Formats: sequence, C-alpha cells, structure tokens
Amino acid sequence: MTAALDVQGLTTRFATRGDAVTAVNDVSFSVEKGRILGLVGESGSGKSVTGFSIMGLIDAPGEVSAGRVLVDGADLRGLSDEDMRKMRGSKVAMVFQDPMMTLNPVLRVGDQMAMAVRVHRKMSKNAALEEARRALDTVGIPSPEERLRAYPHQLSGGMRQRVAIAMALLHSPSVIIADEATTALDVSIQGQILAEVRELADETGAAIVWITHDLAVVSSLADDICVMYAGRIVERGTAQQVIEHPRHPYTKGLLESIPALHAPGTPLPQIPGSTPQLSRLPQGCPFRPRCPRASDICTTVPPADTVDGQTVLCHHPLERP
Amino acid sequence: MTEPILKIENVSKRFTRMPGLAERLVGKVVGGGKPVTVHALSDVTLDVAQGEVLGIVGESGCGKSSLGRVVAGIYAPSDGRVTLNGKPVAREHGGNIDKLTTQVQMIHQDPFASLNPRMKVGETLAEGPRYHNIIPARDVAARMRSLLEQVGLEGAYADRLPHQFSGGQRQRVAIARALAMEPEVLVLDEAVASLDVSIQAQVLNLFMDLRRDLGLTALFISHDLSVVRHVCDRVAIMYLGRLVELAPAEALYADPKHPYTAALFASVPTVGTGKRRFETIKGEIPSPINPPSGCAFHPRCPHAGPRCRVEAPRLTEAGQGRTVACHLNDGGVEVAA
Repeated sequence: MTAALDVQGLTTRFATRGDAVTAVNDVSFSVEKGRILGLVGESGSGKSVTGFSIMGLIDAPGEVSAGRVLVDGADLRGLSDEDMRKMRGSKVAMVFQDPMMTLNPVLRVGDQMAMAVRVHRKMSKNAALEEARRALDTVGIPSPEERLRAYPHQLSGGMRQRVAIAMALLHSPSVIIADEATTALDVSIQGQILAEVRELADETGAAIVWITHDLAVVSSLADDICVMYAGRIVERGTAQQVIEHPRHPYTKGLLESIPALHAPGTPLPQIPGSTPQLSRLPQGCPFRPRCPRASDICTTVPPADTVDGQTVLCHHPLERP
Repeated sequence: MTEPILKIENVSKRFTRMPGLAERLVGKVVGGGKPVTVHALSDVTLDVAQGEVLGIVGESGCGKSSLGRVVAGIYAPSDGRVTLNGKPVAREHGGNIDKLTTQVQMIHQDPFASLNPRMKVGETLAEGPRYHNIIPARDVAARMRSLLEQVGLEGAYADRLPHQFSGGQRQRVAIARALAMEPEVLVLDEAVASLDVSIQAQVLNLFMDLRRDLGLTALFISHDLSVVRHVCDRVAIMYLGRLVELAPAEALYADPKHPYTAALFASVPTVGTGKRRFETIKGEIPSPINPPSGCAFHPRCPHAGPRCRVEAPRLTEAGQGRTVACHLNDGGVEVAA
C-alpha cells in the first residue's frame, strides 16, 4: 500500500549573507491513511519549515534543495506553481497556529469557506455553502448555519481554530498538516479539538502531520512520532516506542525535563546549554555539546540505527530494555 | 502557618469601556451605546505566608493576570485591598506608591518584550535600584555582576544587549532584574510559558534554587498544571474572575473538589501512551462581560442543578486548609425549600 504522504530526503536551505543554513536536513518519514504523525521539536528545530516545505510554501531566499514529497504516490516537487496551487487545499491542506492568519477578518465565515470550495470545484454558491456547513458540523461547531453568517471576530479562539480546521477539510484532502494548531488555546478547548482531530483521522482517513513542541500532546494523540533537532529527525518510531523507550539522548532529556514525571519540588533533570543556531552547528552530531553520552566519535556524522522500526541518529543510542 | 505577609482582601477589578461618540449617537436612535463592563476579578480573598509560593491557575479570562497586576500595584483594585506587611501596595486616594511597589516585583511571560532592546542588561538591572536608592551608587556595578552570577549567567554579560541572549537567558535576566529590587514578593506571570521544554526545566530549577537560598515569597501564575504542581505549596484555581478552589498542592492534585478543577485536570494531555481518549469539558469559556448567572461554571458543569443557576456559591471549608466554592460542598444543588 502506498502511504498517503511519503517524504524522502527533504532538504530545505535558506541563503543568508555569504553562506546558507540548512533548516531541514535530509528528512524522511511517511504517514499512512488515517494515521497521525507527531513531529516534535523545540524552536529552531525545523519542524515548521518541514511543514511549509511539504506545502510548497518556501519563498526565496529559502529553497527546497533536495528530496521528494509524494502524496498518494505523486511527487509534488517539480510541479509548476499553477499545478501546486491546485494541490494545495484539495490534496494537502494546512492548519496554522493562529487562525486569524488563515481567516479573512472582513469576510463572513460562510463566504470565505464557499470561496475556498469553489476555487477547486465548479458549483453554485449555495451548494458550496452547504459543503461549508457540513464541514463545520464535522468539527463539532454548534449551530453551524449561524456561524456561517458570523465574522471571524465574533467567534472565540477555539471556534476560529475549528473553522480553520473545517476549511482544511473542505476537499477531503489526503494529507493535513497542522502546525502548533492547539498551542494558543486553553487546555479545556485543546482537549476538545484533539479529541475531534483523532476522530477525523479515524473517520475520514486523512493522514495528519501534527507539528508541536508539546510532547504530552503528541504522546496522547499521535500514532507515530518523529523528534527533530537542528533540522534533522534524530529519532523516529511509534508513539509508544519513542515515549516509553526513547533511544536518543535528546529525546530522553526532553522527556525527563517534564515536571509531571517528578516529585514536586525536586530538581528537574535539565539539558544543559541551549538549542544551537543553525548557522553555527557543531561538527558531526549537532547535539554533541549538550549530550551526556558524547565521545570523540561524535564529531563525525552519526549513523542511523534501527531496531524494530525505531530509528535513531546517534553514535551512542540508549539500549532497549 | 506563619502570619501572612501578603493579604488580598475582597478584591474586585472592573474595566469599563465607555462608548465612543459614534456609538453614543447611534445608541440614541436604536438603543445601546451603554458602557461595557468586564468583571476581571470578583471578590477575591487570599493570604500568602512568608516564604510561601502560591500558584494561581486558570484559563483565559479567569483573571489570573489581573490578580497579579493588582498585587504588583500596577492596577488599583475597584473594591477591596491588597496589603503587604499591613501596608497597601496600591495608591489609595493619591498616596505615593513609588516606595511600596518596589517590594513586589513582577516577572513577565515574554522576555523579548520585557527588556529594553537598546539598554545593556547591566543598565537594565541597575536602573531600578539606583532610582530608589536601594544600593549605594558605588556598589551598583559589583551588585549587578553578582546578581547575574546568581541567576546562572556570567558577570561580564552586564555589558551585552538583550539580542545577544537566548530566550532562557533573557528570562534569567528578567529574574535578576526583579531580584535587584530586593523585593519581599515576586509575581511570576506565565514566566516559563514561552520557553522551550529543555530551557523551561533550567529556569524552574533556578527558581527553586533561589527560593531555597533567598526564602522567596511568590505568586506563581500559570496555566500549566504540571509546572504549578512542581513549584507551588498551595494552589488557587480561578474561573471567570472568581476563586473556585484553594488547597495545598498535594491535596488538590490528589483529590480536586470543584468540578471545574477536576475537569481541568482530566483535559490536560499527559505524557504516556496509555491514555488515548481525551476527557473534555463541554462548551466554551463564557465571556466575562456577561457571565452566567449563579455559579459561573454551571453551563459546563456535569453536576449542575437548579440552585447553581440562581445562587452563586460561597467559598466553604473542604478539609484541612482547603476551601471550595461549589454547592455540592454546601448543601447540594437543589434549591432550598
């Protein structure tokens, strides 16, 4: 079976004065229909740029310099701008952190949703509004007819994000990329939306890439997890493998620094230092200067090591119990 | 418990927006155009003991940041008062607040917005103590260096500008700036919320170290339940401007009494792959402009009864050092005959 989304060797570079930084470095993963992949990383890890690269939304001075992005087996790279625009919104859709970036503040929700429907499909405005109403219903918006007539500012933050998700669903895309889609929401609203996203994946069969910094969110939402650091996927496996038995020292460090796992008041294990600047990455393994297991060999590029489908980029991966 | 040093007594804070000229004119014809009042805080009473860290938890619009600002003397309360060692922290009828507010210092969420980008951090640190004559002028430079070292930075960083620091380092500078004023109480408003997980642990460890070394008293405002549990002695849960539950941290997490607290705990994603279902609170957070009648949580509460719609619950005792504002703890949800 072909995966809904198959990313192979994706590399995105940004040219800056004199030199170039590699924000996404040889990233590969695939997501089957109806599965949710959690893409986790801290600021500057390249998780958002990965999402933008898949969507073909990288502008100069950035450039996707290598790799393939296969959606239902067809490569999106190499498509003309016109063909890519036809894919965006219909085959692949994206949900952003701030719904006000997605929604036009001066158009009624229904009008902009109908417009989004008619960009890709020929149909009457009324039929498009009916599609929009159905999409709002899918994401659990109460009395959707009323919401269609509302302006974005009349909706709460949680409602706006639901509208943004509904817009992503309009054309039943094969792939949905959500970039920190619940980060700005309150926990009670986040819980509601995560529950709906899980249902959506199960019912519509969309493959979802959930980009976040929040390990707690992906551990309960995602089927598979990729951990990114300095542009590379340093660990990849099922959610259970990565959360319960992390093999990369960075993943382990991240998990250990979560307060909920420690007795109140005790010192938290911390990863020393801070995330490196992409323009000044250390030679070899980028995590080396912060890593408790680093040795001389870590100045060379770490090899991929796979056990039971769990892959790490590390010279000294942790043993599996 | 030792005698409280910080007392928040029956504090309410209302913000009123007056209608503009156009709105008033339109209002004359079609009605409306009246002032809109937001009840940010309603009758909040809390004590904080010397050396205690009190957590303030709630979702957007619950009033937790307003409470922090009232305590720091940035907002004057509409009703009630906040006293530190018996003296009010905010101006009362034109009194001089300069001296008082130095004793409560605030640390804000965003260390990119809270430091002057054009000022060397040493200058930023020295400005307050110099103005208020907290440190003799000839000692200021040495004191700034030792403060930077105390928060885990190098003394030589005093000559750097904020953009030369990472987010975590800036938050350390913000903490040093608050400490420079030698405050009695710190107010931390979502102080680790914008930091990466690995950096958050570093700053929390620093906070716990400083607390131990300096005996800090603090109000720790956060939406993050696991962070609050880790650093706080007692926790106050707020909803729509009201205090709904107050308890020692351990007791609260072991056995939340208020249905909102329980629902909040249940909806937080936890690390671990065992839990695959999200327990959710139904409905939206109501607007503080027009809060629901009776108990503000009743439209979302699974236990709500007729009494909850008409009568606001009072805070009542619920075990050792705990109070909760819920009719379930005070005679039930039916209307008394």
